[in-house]
Amino acid sequence: MLVQMQRDFQAWLIRADDNPSPQEHVRSTRGLAAYQNNYRTQLVNVLRASYPQLQAWLGEETFLAAAIHHINRHPPSSWTLDVYGEDFSRTLQELYPHNPDVHELAWIEWALAAAFVARDAKGAALEHWADVDWDNARLALAPSFRHRIATTNAFAIWSAWQDQVDLPEAEMLDDPAGLIVWRVGFQTQIKQVDAIESDALISLRDDGRFNTLCEMLVEQLDEEQGIARAGRLLAEWTAAGIVTGLL
Amino acid sequence: MSTSLPTFAGYGLGLRREHYRDFLETDVPVDFVEVISENFMVDGGQPLHILRRVRERYPVALHGVSMSIGSADGLRRDYLQRLRALVQEIEPLFVSDHLSWSRFEQINSHDLLPLPYTEETLAIVCRNIQMAQEAIGRPMLFENPSSYVSFTASTMTEWEFLSEMSRRTGCGLLLDINNVFVSTQNHDWDADAYLRGIPAERVRQIHLAGHTVGEELLIDTHDRPVGADVWGLYAKVRQMLGPVATMIERDDAIPPLTDLLAELDIARRLGAQAQPLREAA
Repeated sequence: MLVQMQRDFQAWLIRADDNPSPQEHVRSTRGLAAYQNNYRTQLVNVLRASYPQLQAWLGEETFLAAAIHHINRHPPSSWTLDVYGEDFSRTLQELYPHNPDVHELAWIEWALAAAFVARDAKGAALEHWADVDWDNARLALAPSFRHRIATTNAFAIWSAWQDQVDLPEAEMLDDPAGLIVWRVGFQTQIKQVDAIESDALISLRDDGRFNTLCEMLVEQLDEEQGIARAGRLLAEWTAAGIVTGLL
Repeated sequence: MSTSLPTFAGYGLGLRREHYRDFLETDVPVDFVEVISENFMVDGGQPLHILRRVRERYPVALHGVSMSIGSADGLRRDYLQRLRALVQEIEPLFVSDHLSWSRFEQINSHDLLPLPYTEETLAIVCRNIQMAQEAIGRPMLFENPSSYVSFTASTMTEWEFLSEMSRRTGCGLLLDINNVFVSTQNHDWDADAYLRGIPAERVRQIHLAGHTVGEELLIDTHDRPVGADVWGLYAKVRQMLGPVATMIERDDAIPPLTDLLAELDIARRLGAQAQPLREAA
């Protein structure tokens, strides 16, 4: 029965032990090892390709151990290998629960890769904004937009790696900040933003309404500064391609 | 759904990232390019943009690696929907995948795993092919696999299986000559019998690639030039086939484009030499 053969073969393939249950199905077992080797080598290579900087940060041996741990517990399920690295962050949380720099570096690499092939943004309809009913307006973020809270200097580490200069030691930020990733045209972008801008972007992502964003900033600052900051942020986000239009 | 299987006579290369610029900015002397379908079954961004631009300059064949046509529990609809959207946009020369399986239930090994050649497998594969062809609205090509094990349950040869599969479903065949060589060597099959057993009128495309000689087996690695034995089989098979699209498939240790074009010239020469012999036959 084909079902039984595929069940046995697959279980053996992902188990990586010396108990080849497919042997009862095959004429000769000498070729079986090639499949087990291909399976694991391919997945390790996918994780390496998805997280080159994390590999450099952890060191090759430590990264390989984490990759094998992940592969043993999380066989791929999607039709595309490109997403296999997405859940690696869960394994890193499990293996390194007290190393937020590791989690944040991994997030940066994955967010940039995901943004690279995200849905294309439509251009901002700037000429119509003078007529917008701002009390009810809902703003569209670039489909590639991703955000997370930053607690460490992971962005500085990532930037130093990009610039091929000495990497700083990992350290906690004095105040939590935000990390944002998006794509303009075909160019992925990354920026660390302060806590106020981070909160503002979370508000925009979750609610979309400029009015809600203004209310939040007025509460955090005061009416005059809050409204002024909201206006500046909107102008900056639009110019940067983070806000792409109205919903 | 269109049921006709178009023919295309020409010589092409697999489009790889290392050569994007060449294909976009120069007139590369190829008749078509082949891309890995899954690399472009994405929401947006530069890869799709590049494929659209390449498509403006060259005919494109879509070659998949993840359909898993041999899965006993059927095909994934989300995969077929993505492929259908790409096919509709690119209007490719051919849409192909492999006679193999990679997924069962929720786990996908992302390897082209071998199948036992039985009536049960044939029925499952044919059912899946019909589903795939209906989903994308046109016949597909399926490639003979390279394999490192064969199954005690098999009741027919690989070429008999491919022949019957093609007859029942109307699909075409993508004949990978390197895979023929690797599998016939690994399983001690007769390569001449293999080539004679393939229904020549169903072959629309040929892959040529390199392999690695392992300790006990030949491994299908696509990381080196086409070997002399594979060229020998190609010369033979071209005498048996009608119009066909031939290409060099290189996936690793990608060399300069000029190296691949030089290999493609060998294929052109052998194809030209085979034509009078085919006509005489």
